[in-house]
Amino acid sequence: MQRRDFLKNFTTLAPSPTARAQATPTTGLTKYSGSWGNAQVLHLLRRTLFGVKESEISTFKALGLDGAVNKLLAIDTTPPSPPVNYYSNGSTIIDLAVPAGQTWVNAPFNNDLSYYRRRSVKMWWTGMLLNDTTIREKMVLFWQNHFSTEGEVIYYEQMVYKMNALLRKHCLGNFKTMIKEVTIDPGMLRYLNGYLNTKTAPDENYGRELQELFTVGKGKDSHYTEDDVKNAAKVLTGWRIDASTVTSYFDGNKHETSNKQFSSFYNNTVITGKTGASGAQETDELITMIFQQNEVAKFICRKLYRWFVYYDIDSTVETNVIEPLATIFRNNNYDIKPVIETLLKSEHFFDTLSMGCQIKSPIDFVLAYCRQTEITMPASSEYVQNYNIWGNIQYYAALGQQDINDPPNVSGWPAYYQEPQFYEFWINSDTLPKRLTFAYALLYVGTTISGFKVIIDVLAFADKIPNASDPNKLVDGLAELLLAVNISSSVKAIIKSALLSGQSSDYYWTDAWNAYKANPNDTTNKTYCTNVLRAALKYIFELPEYQLN
Amino acid sequence: MKRRTFIKRTAPVAALPVLINGMSIKSHASSSLLRMLAAKAENDKVLVLVQLNGGNDGLNTIIPLDQYTNLTTARSNIIIPSAKVLKLNGFENTGLHPSMTDLQNLFNNEASLNIVQAVGYPSPNFSHFRATDIWLSASDSKQYISSGWVGRYLDDAYPGFPENYPNTDMPDPLAISIGGVVSPAVQGPEVNMGMAISNPTSFYNFAAGITDPVPNTPAGKELEFLRLIANQTDKYADRIKTTYNASTTKTSKFPSTGNYLADQLKIVARLIAGGLKTKIYVVTLGGFDTHSNQVSSSGGTETGGHADLLSKVSIAVGAFMDECNKQNMSDRVAGIIYSEFGRRILSNASLGTDHGAAAPVMVFGTQVNRTIIGSNPTIPSTVTVNDNVAMQNDFRQIYYSTLVQWFGLSKTEADTIMLKNFDTLQIFKTTGSINSLAPAEITMIENYPNPFDNSTTIKFNTKGGRVVIRIFDPIGNEIKTLVNKTLPAGTHEVVFEAHSLPPGNYYYNVLSGNSSISRVMLKK
Repeated sequence: MQRRDFLKNFTTLAPSPTARAQATPTTGLTKYSGSWGNAQVLHLLRRTLFGVKESEISTFKALGLDGAVNKLLAIDTTPPSPPVNYYSNGSTIIDLAVPAGQTWVNAPFNNDLSYYRRRSVKMWWTGMLLNDTTIREKMVLFWQNHFSTEGEVIYYEQMVYKMNALLRKHCLGNFKTMIKEVTIDPGMLRYLNGYLNTKTAPDENYGRELQELFTVGKGKDSHYTEDDVKNAAKVLTGWRIDASTVTSYFDGNKHETSNKQFSSFYNNTVITGKTGASGAQETDELITMIFQQNEVAKFICRKLYRWFVYYDIDSTVETNVIEPLATIFRNNNYDIKPVIETLLKSEHFFDTLSMGCQIKSPIDFVLAYCRQTEITMPASSEYVQNYNIWGNIQYYAALGQQDINDPPNVSGWPAYYQEPQFYEFWINSDTLPKRLTFAYALLYVGTTISGFKVIIDVLAFADKIPNASDPNKLVDGLAELLLAVNISSSVKAIIKSALLSGQSSDYYWTDAWNAYKANPNDTTNKTYCTNVLRAALKYIFELPEYQLN
Repeated sequence: MKRRTFIKRTAPVAALPVLINGMSIKSHASSSLLRMLAAKAENDKVLVLVQLNGGNDGLNTIIPLDQYTNLTTARSNIIIPSAKVLKLNGFENTGLHPSMTDLQNLFNNEASLNIVQAVGYPSPNFSHFRATDIWLSASDSKQYISSGWVGRYLDDAYPGFPENYPNTDMPDPLAISIGGVVSPAVQGPEVNMGMAISNPTSFYNFAAGITDPVPNTPAGKELEFLRLIANQTDKYADRIKTTYNASTTKTSKFPSTGNYLADQLKIVARLIAGGLKTKIYVVTLGGFDTHSNQVSSSGGTETGGHADLLSKVSIAVGAFMDECNKQNMSDRVAGIIYSEFGRRILSNASLGTDHGAAAPVMVFGTQVNRTIIGSNPTIPSTVTVNDNVAMQNDFRQIYYSTLVQWFGLSKTEADTIMLKNFDTLQIFKTTGSINSLAPAEITMIENYPNPFDNSTTIKFNTKGGRVVIRIFDPIGNEIKTLVNKTLPAGTHEVVFEAHSLPPGNYYYNVLSGNSSISRVMLKK
């Protein structure tokens, strides 16, 4: 694993969860049976999608709790069409193997084009994050944070794509199956030096992270030893990569054939050394041994909790949520879907104390901004425009310290493990202004990318809010959709005063809006409504409340 | 999160018996105001932390030439040819990696580099994340502390932060991380003491006006945090922009591209030169986790990934020191270069090294003691995969020594910040007095008359050397610097004129060498 630039640094482990919040929910996994209103629908969608469109509130509300969660979990299991050559420009960048608009994933590695192809994976993935209406892509991102690999280090674009596809394939599937495939995935073998791990000089990198970061973790009851790391490394000796076919294979000649003795944490298990091709079986035995530890399920459930609910896991949450969820995980032989379903339908998830307490991650921020305001994108056939726009959106998330497909290091983003900050890691005096830069750009002048102007159509957006001609209802509707916490009537009054341009009577807005609606081409009313809507939205986007989810 | 108020922390001072003379700060270390006085009176020193992320291979950085035979056995595929190792004057058995010519120059010609050998801690941890946590929090191996050592220092020196900050005494951020991420090292006991900047000239305004009360919920807690950062960002924006633009870079040694560390240090130098009073800067360089291809497979072991990284460090620090010299600020700037661990003695088959234990730390600045502290690590003739460089010096001794020798804290204060006592290492030339190894001890100090009407005479005895006397009001504002010069041994007197000042208590702090003594006096 290599670590690169100063934009992404500083990682420490957060070993012991502590209680810090003033009040934490005491509810558990009992199925939620309370009211099913806009607040609950919005909460569910905010945590499972990347931002909510106004129309999605009524769609999901009509389905009821079961229907809504089931719809989110009913993911499309067909692999999406892979990333394409968006980069050929006919002069300086030419791909002789892949025509423009066609996928490169089956083409040979190309050192000159590798950067653009890896970039295209980020763009393509951003497009899917933006357009998914199920939980699938939020789960893929969860797993990338868990099995964190850096595309820039893996370098081979085919391997980078393959890893992303692997995480998607198993995102709601079986965790144990996923671990096995991740362990011998060519990209992971490259990233954590597994392909260099041989009997003559074992490389401990993967053997360590498999335990510390991927399975049993470093919780207080996880007591694997340094010798367990060394022995796991020995078990894993012999895996190699064939870069030309983007596959891995096992070379018995490189495998350490002695017996591997593990510590009492693993019940003193001995993995008997095997020769030749049989040496690969030891990897399965290692995974089987690790998955006998209850810590595996608890570690993963804590990470899911921090992904979907909140970071503070006190003893009450541990008892009421984590432990029963871990039991469900084990009883279902490490199938992921039942765990997510139980959590998302629980009293704990819909507890008012669980609402609005996440700070949007950078990718969540930029995507939610685009989805909420329903920014118009080019037709899907315009792949060059779309890729470059997705790339621009993704770039702003990277400036905010979340560069998808290039997390800072093997432990993922600090917001999900760094005590005591957790989500607060995302926000500082550098990143907060950058979020606003992004918001301002799309709100006022727009950004022209590949000849397509990306900008919020504030008139079309306001028109989606019910009863937009009433400034009180418009402000209520915007606040409900855009803010995950309630704001007071006095703050709403400030937003309304922006709509009224400082006047005191509601009809200033109502008359202008109705006149614009009656004659959308009338420049005066169109300009007035645009300007005051921008001012009102600017105020909302600048509220610290807007950073919450 | 709860935040103390400034008033709460300073309240005990008001109750002090004001007429009693001869009150020493040291005997009242629990009083926040007095501690603040001590910190403020202490100096204008700046510390730059240079963190090398990933675990730097110390044995290929500071090379133990007297161990070369055994080292060759242990790591034949990556060892640096002995003929290429850079010489250090006066230390024929120890040399530098060939790519660190600027650091060699700092040591041999500028007397601005101190090397501490085999730095670590008992029971080392081999996880990047836990080891980094230990280094930044300055904890024991098995101890979990969520604040950083720098954060605790700043919390002690600037009590109550961020309430009532910025203020006239400290108009600037206490600590700055260059890049988009605030270092956990500056996490205080309750709040983070630092801010992150990547572009000193662009800041934005945040929504003002009415702020709703914060509910007693997790969402309320996060909202409170968001508002704090939004406010802080605004408060410091102009100062940073102005100070950054107030100076220009004078050295030509900063490379224009391809060296992230140099880019960061260039910003740091401009901020210091422009007059920012920030005490701590944190810069980082990643990529030191050299499990594979640490050295080139074709171009010689003195080239490759690790050589490129060390070259960046050397060039960046060399340029930074040159800039500090040209800006006449090198006497008040020092830096520590460290990594979360060293690497295994035995190399692996991937032309790399796995996670290890102790490794050297370098401290740069014109005020450092130009030497190597400690001896070369001993390399066994037979090295197994379990063998690691044994620690000679605890990393916390370096922090502790820096607090005492550089920032001028008393050992009692350093004990509090570092959570226990550590033996100091003579990393810096002196402990507070510039250009002299012999501190000018103060043996007697008093003022008369006291209480006084319009003026009083401060009388003191020194063994000779530089003496600084400053006057503070009870809130801790500095009224004036009464003395700041080198004095011969003997008894001296200086008059404090207070015609224009309102009646009340005033404090005077005398700083000289190891001594920092404060007294209170009363204007009638």
